[in-house]
Amino acid sequence: MKTTRTDAAVRIRGLSKVYGGVTAVDELDLDIARGETFALLGPNGAGKSTTVEILEGYRLRTSGEVSVLGVDPARGGLDWKSRIGIVLQSSGETGLLTVTEMLRHFASLYPNPRDVDEVIAAVGLEAKAKTRIAKLSGGQQRRVDVALGIVGRPELLFLDEPTTGFDPEARRRFWGLIRSLKAEGTTILLTTHYLDEAAQLADRAGVIAGGRLVDVGAIDEIGGADARRPIVRWRDAAGTVREVRTDEPGRHVASVVAGLGREPVGLEVIRPTLEDIYLGLVQSTAPATTAEEALA
Amino acid sequence: MSTSLMAQSTSRIGVETKTYFRAPDTLFFTFFFPFVMLAIFTAAFSAAGEVGPPGAQISVGASYLPGMIAAGILLSGVQNLAIDIAQEKSNGTLKRLGGTPLSPVGYFLGKIGQVFVTGTLQAALLIIAGALVLGIELPTDPAKWLTFAWVFVLGLTTCALLGIALSALPRSGKSASAVVIPVVLLLQFISGVYLQWNMLPTWLQDFASLFPLKWIAQGMRSVFLPEAWESLEQNGSWNLPGVAIALGIWLVVGFVLSRLTFRWIRRDA
Repeated sequence: MKTTRTDAAVRIRGLSKVYGGVTAVDELDLDIARGETFALLGPNGAGKSTTVEILEGYRLRTSGEVSVLGVDPARGGLDWKSRIGIVLQSSGETGLLTVTEMLRHFASLYPNPRDVDEVIAAVGLEAKAKTRIAKLSGGQQRRVDVALGIVGRPELLFLDEPTTGFDPEARRRFWGLIRSLKAEGTTILLTTHYLDEAAQLADRAGVIAGGRLVDVGAIDEIGGADARRPIVRWRDAAGTVREVRTDEPGRHVASVVAGLGREPVGLEVIRPTLEDIYLGLVQSTAPATTAEEALA
Repeated sequence: MSTSLMAQSTSRIGVETKTYFRAPDTLFFTFFFPFVMLAIFTAAFSAAGEVGPPGAQISVGASYLPGMIAAGILLSGVQNLAIDIAQEKSNGTLKRLGGTPLSPVGYFLGKIGQVFVTGTLQAALLIIAGALVLGIELPTDPAKWLTFAWVFVLGLTTCALLGIALSALPRSGKSASAVVIPVVLLLQFISGVYLQWNMLPTWLQDFASLFPLKWIAQGMRSVFLPEAWESLEQNGSWNLPGVAIALGIWLVVGFVLSRLTFRWIRRDA
C-alpha cells in the first residue's frame, strides 16, 4: 500500500463539496500535524460534518485534494481504516449485545487492538460491562461509542461531538481519557459545540462558517488580538451608551470619570470570553441574505 | 494490515447469531413462525382425517411438514436478512461497521453464517417436533437425506443472497417489515406451503414456478412424502434436476444483485 509519510496527519487543499447546487464546503485548506489535537468549531450547517465525513471516507468530495494519514480517503482501503478510529454522532443501534461482547467483537476486527477490559475501564463502564447496551443511559451509550472508536488503537481519532449527554463528572473523566490518548501520540480531530471542551483539549482550533474556515489558530489566539481587547462601556452625560476597546481600561475609566466629574452610570469593563470571540467570528461571516430574508 | 477474513467472519457469525436470538420479533416471525403455522394447520384440518392419494394417505401434519421446512428456509434467508440489513442500514450499524477494517465479504459471510446456524437449528427442530409431537414417519433411505441436504444448502444459500439483495428495496428501517413481509407471505401462499400444491390452478403453479420457494418446497416434498404423491406434482414428477437448475439460477441472480446493490452507507444521498 502506498503511504506517504509526512508531518501532516490531515492535509486539505481547496476542498469543496456541492450538493445539488448548494455549496456546503467552499475551497477549504487545513493541515493537522501528527500528534496534534485539533478542534473544529462552527454552528450547525456550517459544513463541519460534511468536511469530517469526507475525511472519514464516508462522503466523496466535489473537488480539491485530501490526504488522511497519507491516503486519499475516497480510496482508503481496509488497512487505512485499521489506522483510524471514528466516533460518530449518536446512532440508534439495537444494542442487544453487552458492552464487553460489542467491544470484543470490534477489537477482533483490528490487527493490534487495545485490551478490551482496559478500554472499558478507561471510559468508566466497568460496572456495566455485562449489561446490554440498549439498557444503558444515553451518556453511557455515548461512552460505548467512544470505546468502540479507540479499541482499534487508531493513529488518528475522529470525535464528532463526543460529550453530548455527559454529566460534568463524566465530561471531566472523558477529557482525562483524551489527554492520555494524546500523550500516547494519537492525533485527534474533535468537533464540538462546547468551547470549554475545545479550550481544555485542543492545541489548535478552526472555526468554520458558511463552508469556509474563517479562522485557525491556538485557542488563545483565535479571532486575533483585537477580539481579546477589553471593552469599557458606560453612559455619557446625555445618557447614550458608549463603548471603547482599549488595552488600558483602567486609564480609560479614569479619564471618563475625570471628564464627567462624577461616577459614570452603567460602567462595565468586559474581557471577551472565548464564546464572545467565537460568536463574533461566526456572526461576522453569516450570509447577508439572512437579514433580508428576515425582513421580507 | 487488517485481521484475516476468516477471523473477522467467525467473529461476525458469533455476534450475528447472538443478536438474532435476542431480538423477540425475529425469534417469533422468523424462527418460530413455521412451528406456529404447522400447529395451526394440523389443529385446523386434522378432523378431516388423512389426506393424499389412495394407498399413500398420511396425516395432515405430515403433509404440511415439507412445506413448513421450505417456509423456514425462505424466512431464515429472505425475510430475516432483508429486514435485518435494511434496519442496520438506517440505524447506523452499517455506517459504524463501514468505518472499521471489516471487509464487506466478512460482513456477508457473517450474515450467511447466521442464516445457516439459525436455519439449520430451525429445520432440525421442525423435523424433531414433527416426529415426536405429531408422530410423523421420517424417511430412512439415505438417498432421501442426501436430497434433503443439497436442497437445504442450495435453498438456504440462495435465500440468504436474495435477502441481502432485497434489503436494498426498503427506503427506511421502519418500512422494512412492511415491504418484505407481504412479498414473503404471498410466495408462501402460491408455492404450496400453506395450500396443498396440487389444489392450485395450473396458471398459478406456472407463476409460482418463476420463484425459488416453489422449487424448495417441491424438493422437500420429494424427501418427506410417500412415493405415490409424486403423481400430484406438475408433470407427475419431483423433477429434482429442475429444482437444482431453478435454485442455481436464483443463486446467481441473488449473488449479482447483492454485489451490485450493497453499500455501507447511502453515499451522497
